[in-house]
Amino acid sequence: MPTQCDEIAVLLPQVVDSAEPVSLPVQRHVESCLRCQAELARYRRMLRGLQLLRTQYFEPAPGMLAATLASITAASERRAVNSVLTKRRLAYAGAVAGAVAAAGTTTAALLLARAKRRTLPV
Amino acid sequence: MASDFGAAVPADIADLVAAAREGSRDAFDEIVRRTYVDTYTLAVRLTATEEDARDVVQEAYLRAWKGLRRFRGDAQFSTWMYRITANTAATVTSKRRRQRTVHLDEVADPVETEVAFHPELATENTELMARLSAALDELPPRLRTLVVLKDIYGLSHEDIAEELGISVTAAKVRLHRGRKRMRDLLYEEAGSHADAV
Repeated sequence: MPTQCDEIAVLLPQVVDSAEPVSLPVQRHVESCLRCQAELARYRRMLRGLQLLRTQYFEPAPGMLAATLASITAASERRAVNSVLTKRRLAYAGAVAGAVAAAGTTTAALLLARAKRRTLPV
Repeated sequence: MASDFGAAVPADIADLVAAAREGSRDAFDEIVRRTYVDTYTLAVRLTATEEDARDVVQEAYLRAWKGLRRFRGDAQFSTWMYRITANTAATVTSKRRRQRTVHLDEVADPVETEVAFHPELATENTELMARLSAALDELPPRLRTLVVLKDIYGLSHEDIAEELGISVTAAKVRLHRGRKRMRDLLYEEAGSHADAV
């Protein structure tokens, strides 16, 4: 029954590793159809082969480890410098804000005192 | 490169991770030494270029160093590192897609770390893996990423979806398409060699 086989062939990539449930009619068809069994076997062989690729490693170019460690060091140093700069900026901004607040308070006090002098009876 | 730990290098990667989370650069450097070949291999598989893989590895470890405090330890460090590498590779490949100059043909052949017991089986496996690697390289990056992360590295759909910024359904659909394309490349275009895999 070619149509059914074609329909089932579409499903095989997602059911080959048993991650997705297989309906009973599909299961029954595969059990009785040599064509679908062969197709499923191909997918299974392919998956086993892909799992074997996990045992292969590519050899990095010489110097890559040193370059990687150096890039982490550089980034850490940049972060430390930025952190110091940020703290200094915050301290500077705080000092400026404090000075402005002090000047404002003084000015307000002076204005208040002057205003009181003016309103006092002579 | 010798470790700065001297005689007191923790044997277990979990101990190194714990020390690195406390801010030990020496511990993190040791983690990099122990895992960078694995990370580089995944980067090559994902990007199919040596140049991009180098950038991915550097960026992935930078991200890992910066984000180490967020690593909860409920998963293996290797899985966490794979996720970061996958995320970084997605970023790098999307940036470099138009500038690609070096292909995997120029990357050195992979080295097998597990020697098969039977020599004839080893030869068969080597041929099989060469054909699978070639087929993987033929896949579009979006599909290759799913096949590599799920079928080679065994990450869950949920983890893959999260790192790639896609839905779990989209991850499943891409994996389905990737496997189908792989099957076609291996069995239909291989012609007379079809039964070798």
